Amino acid sequence: MSIKLLLEKAHVEGIRYFDVYRREGGYRSVEKALKEMGPEAIVEEVKKSGLRGRGGAGFPAGMKWSFIAKPEGVPRHLVCNADESEPGTFKDRYLMEFIPHLLIEGLIVSSFALGSNDTYIYIRGEYAWIVDILEQAISEAKNNGFLGNNILGTGFNCNIHVQRGAGAYICGEETALIESLEGKRGNPRIKPPFPAVQGVWMRPTVVNNVETLAAVVPIINMGGEEYAKIGVGRSTGTKLISACGNINKPGVYEIDMTISVEEFIYSDEYCGGIANGKKLKACIPGGSSVPILPANLLLKTAKGETRYMNYESLSDGGFATGSMMGSGGFIVLDEDQCVVRHTLSLARFYRHESCGQCSPCREGTGWMEKILKNIEYGKGKLSDIDLLWDIQRKIEGNTICPLGDAAAWPVAAAIRHFRDEFEWHVLHPEEAQQRNYGLAHYADPIHVPATA
Amino acid sequence: MVKFSEEQLAEFNRLVSRYPEGKQKSALLPVLHLAQDSFGGWLSAETMDYVAEMLQISSIEVYEVATFYSMYNLKPVGKYMFEVCQTGPCMLRGSDDIIAYIGEKLGIKPGETTSDGMFTLKTVECLGACGYAPMMQLGKHYREHLTREKVDAIIEECRSKAANMN
Repeated sequence: MSIKLLLEKAHVEGIRYFDVYRREGGYRSVEKALKEMGPEAIVEEVKKSGLRGRGGAGFPAGMKWSFIAKPEGVPRHLVCNADESEPGTFKDRYLMEFIPHLLIEGLIVSSFALGSNDTYIYIRGEYAWIVDILEQAISEAKNNGFLGNNILGTGFNCNIHVQRGAGAYICGEETALIESLEGKRGNPRIKPPFPAVQGVWMRPTVVNNVETLAAVVPIINMGGEEYAKIGVGRSTGTKLISACGNINKPGVYEIDMTISVEEFIYSDEYCGGIANGKKLKACIPGGSSVPILPANLLLKTAKGETRYMNYESLSDGGFATGSMMGSGGFIVLDEDQCVVRHTLSLARFYRHESCGQCSPCREGTGWMEKILKNIEYGKGKLSDIDLLWDIQRKIEGNTICPLGDAAAWPVAAAIRHFRDEFEWHVLHPEEAQQRNYGLAHYADPIHVPATA
Repeated sequence: MVKFSEEQLAEFNRLVSRYPEGKQKSALLPVLHLAQDSFGGWLSAETMDYVAEMLQISSIEVYEVATFYSMYNLKPVGKYMFEVCQTGPCMLRGSDDIIAYIGEKLGIKPGETTSDGMFTLKTVECLGACGYAPMMQLGKHYREHLTREKVDAIIEECRSKAANMN
């Protein structure tokens, strides 16, 4: 069994309620942080822990906190990003649904560290029932003296408010989220100024993902150095992985980032293998935006080494032969799946979710969807594949926010690794309507050149 | 004429009180949810103007937000709205088939409402239920692991709920 720091108690009966959560050791980190440590000591522990943002970008959380500006007399805010919308990702939902007090506890400690007296949880609008769960947890914490005025007699005041979004993937981008929190369209802002200097209502703001803030609880309880001992290299602590697609046991798993991708897919403790006795064809290991990999490059790196479920190993080989940990949305495709059709589905998603602010993204995502549709439905030309490549190149890096990159990468990776499947669609349009390309050579061992 | 009831007004005030003085516009998204739930499941121009007046902002500020987010309905919808996810992970688990089946069963295409005003079928993009696919949102909750049989049961459930209301 792997180490569990976040979900260990998630299935204790009644853990959703304060009394049970408290009895199981909950809110100890608030007592420790507020009574025995100061804000700076908390930031130091988080820095020492090596905790990296769990939303997708993987930026060191302690460093992000240390950037917050502290102008005299200007309130600061912590905002929790619960706008979980990256296809394949449903880990934050799981955490909030089953063990909401863990998030509230992490929010209180983090609010104290950052000096936020009014902290906001921005949750995607569709998670409507989770709003009730969170508000219940907040009111219980308040009734027990962990929120409100003069928390535990320390003089620290803090309230947590839950705001629902209304259906927009882009609001997971932190500056779009801030705009949305201000009651506007979710158009990302140009940085700088960064939110740490001018965020919500032009006040210094830190935006962190749900899982990141929950991880502050074990970090305070065990100490940053102990936390950093779990995992490997710069992948410290545990990570929630939401696994979906053609596997036997879809769900949310907490891993300590030392297990191999192969073990994660085939072990009964995790995904339990490919469903219906099929073979693995491809996988997107970190949410729909990150590069898709064929089975052979997923399980082993281009150098022939075992690939592990951590930040460094998943990105080994760069985009040429690797992928990314991203948000931990692990999407598995079996041998019957069509990579062209799947890429089209993702392209439609990004076209739908582009905010329309930057023309490369607004126009490019539409063109990519249109061209992919032609290829999928037997009306494509071979030159369309190069055209797709050209369009994604012109989106990447040319937009205000990373949605452009997120839309470009899945198309690029699909062409990079599955070009022959695209060509087969173009060259055999009628056959491609009848059957899928199948596994082909995508699981064959990769030839590793001998090193001199 | 649209006007919040006393209970709705109390909720409106609670929502606005969460933001700093003078930043009441921040409550716009939650207030639009409240208005949509209160006034027939969609946002008419009259409803949006009322929200603008309540928040002391201009109507255009409400329109531009209402048209940006996918959860706000700008046209009347059926009593029960089936919002079926069609993004990658759901597609891998057969959402195309579920969408086609619902359409066939209700005699409507995605985006349409049945002539009796009972059902609307809408395709949506990833709702964060990828491990429990295929799925749909129905009101405040998710219906997951959908099969044809489950769809039949949900339609029956809605019909009998509606019959009991009359």
